[in-house]
Amino acid sequence: MTKQDKNWKEIAPAGVCSKSSSGFLTGDWKTYTPVRDPEKCTRCLLCVLFCPDGAIHWYPDKGDIEFDCSFCKGCGICANQCPTNAITMKLEQE
Amino acid sequence: MQNVVKQEIMALAGDQAVAYAVKQSDVDVVAAYPITPQTIIVEKFSEYVADGEVETEFVCVESEHSAMAASISASATGARAFTATASAGLALMHEMLFVASGCRVPVVMAVANRALSAPLNIHGDHSDSMAQRDSGWIQLYAENAQEAYDSIIQAFRIAENLDVLLPVMVGLDGFTLSHTLENVEALPDETVKDFVGVRKFPNVLTHEGKTAPFRLDPANPMTMGPIALQNYYFEFKRQQEEAMENALTVIQQMNSEYAKISGRSYGNGLIEAYCLEDAEVATICLGSTAGTMKTVVDDLRQEGVKAGLLRLRTFRPLPVEAIRSALANVKAVAVMDKCISFGGNGGPVFHEVRHLLYEATNRPYVVNYIYGLGGRDTSPVELRSIYENLQGILQAGRVETPIQYLGLRD
Repeated sequence: MTKQDKNWKEIAPAGVCSKSSSGFLTGDWKTYTPVRDPEKCTRCLLCVLFCPDGAIHWYPDKGDIEFDCSFCKGCGICANQCPTNAITMKLEQE
Repeated sequence: MQNVVKQEIMALAGDQAVAYAVKQSDVDVVAAYPITPQTIIVEKFSEYVADGEVETEFVCVESEHSAMAASISASATGARAFTATASAGLALMHEMLFVASGCRVPVVMAVANRALSAPLNIHGDHSDSMAQRDSGWIQLYAENAQEAYDSIIQAFRIAENLDVLLPVMVGLDGFTLSHTLENVEALPDETVKDFVGVRKFPNVLTHEGKTAPFRLDPANPMTMGPIALQNYYFEFKRQQEEAMENALTVIQQMNSEYAKISGRSYGNGLIEAYCLEDAEVATICLGSTAGTMKTVVDDLRQEGVKAGLLRLRTFRPLPVEAIRSALANVKAVAVMDKCISFGGNGGPVFHEVRHLLYEATNRPYVVNYIYGLGGRDTSPVELRSIYENLQGILQAGRVETPIQYLGLRD
């Protein structure tokens, strides 16, 4: 708790969010980080569809994807779904 | 009263009276799953829908958990939502009841009070709703079908009041009220529609930095009931407690406002004091038992016994001050529980009444009667024996058996 936290009379009912979750970096939680081999990646975008956190973005202008590690929780679903095994999960300290 | 409107006397069982009240209350969504003894409410209301008598969206769900989930969601969009259940159905809703109160959605639910398994029993007692007393719902208990009708209509106004915004459950005793035909005075459709009015919403600040009405609306996205951890969860719970305190006032206001149009009121809306002013011995009970108890009190009064009754209409929020002041001059009190709290040293109403009397100036003797479990009938003779026991306590100057079982073979 910080001094900025509001008291019970100041907040909206039912936990309605007064701030966007974009400032809450859930990527801090992860133990494993996805690492992609661009050579093996076919840009099929299955990982983009499967990522539960929307942390993999497709950039049509670049014709490529990028991981947003600020929001990737390291669940490994992308690696599991990748049909060419282009993604491997690496321990963060490695 | 000059503004009381002309009403139609209808022959309705408690469940039918509830369905009729919902039909008149301009309800947008009903999501319900039938269970004895609530079934007639759902059957009757689905007939209104099928016959085009209401514009309500009726959602046939696959369970009570879903019934409550659908009601919460509908209410969150700003709709007026109603559901009904009993016994195991209410138990299955348990998780979602806390979601409803936590999301501050003003859902109204009728509970045709019924015992819980095992052994299987379909008859009336208060085990189902008492087990949900800490779920954050307002709880009203009706004495008869007329009150069930009246309370459902009032419940929408209580729930939707901006100082409250809490779900309300209205209890009616299974079979004793749900399936018993009574003369019920029904208000005209327009009168009820005017009374319940249209839902209003407080404004809240959304994550987009906009101020918007508190409802789910694609034009003003907002998130209700998301994660709140150690730093905020506690604050939201304190808000719910404040809303409960506000409900004490709003329930009384609705009771008076409704009396102006209908000519009917139930005590102050929270409690009904019957012959309590000069009573020395009194009982406290909820629901239909109060009807029988009143005739017993009348008989005892004829015989010169200073007997009284306090009927608890509102169990949540608990009307602490109202109960304490109504019992200020009573010397011995018997608290009736149609429910058992195993290993809890008495029933839930007993616990709470005795607890609030700790700070009373003149503390009366307080005893507990567990009665009517599984719908066992309670006769006037048995109820009379309670007052006789209270008189014995006053004579002896002490309580021998604080917790007793009325009508049990032993």
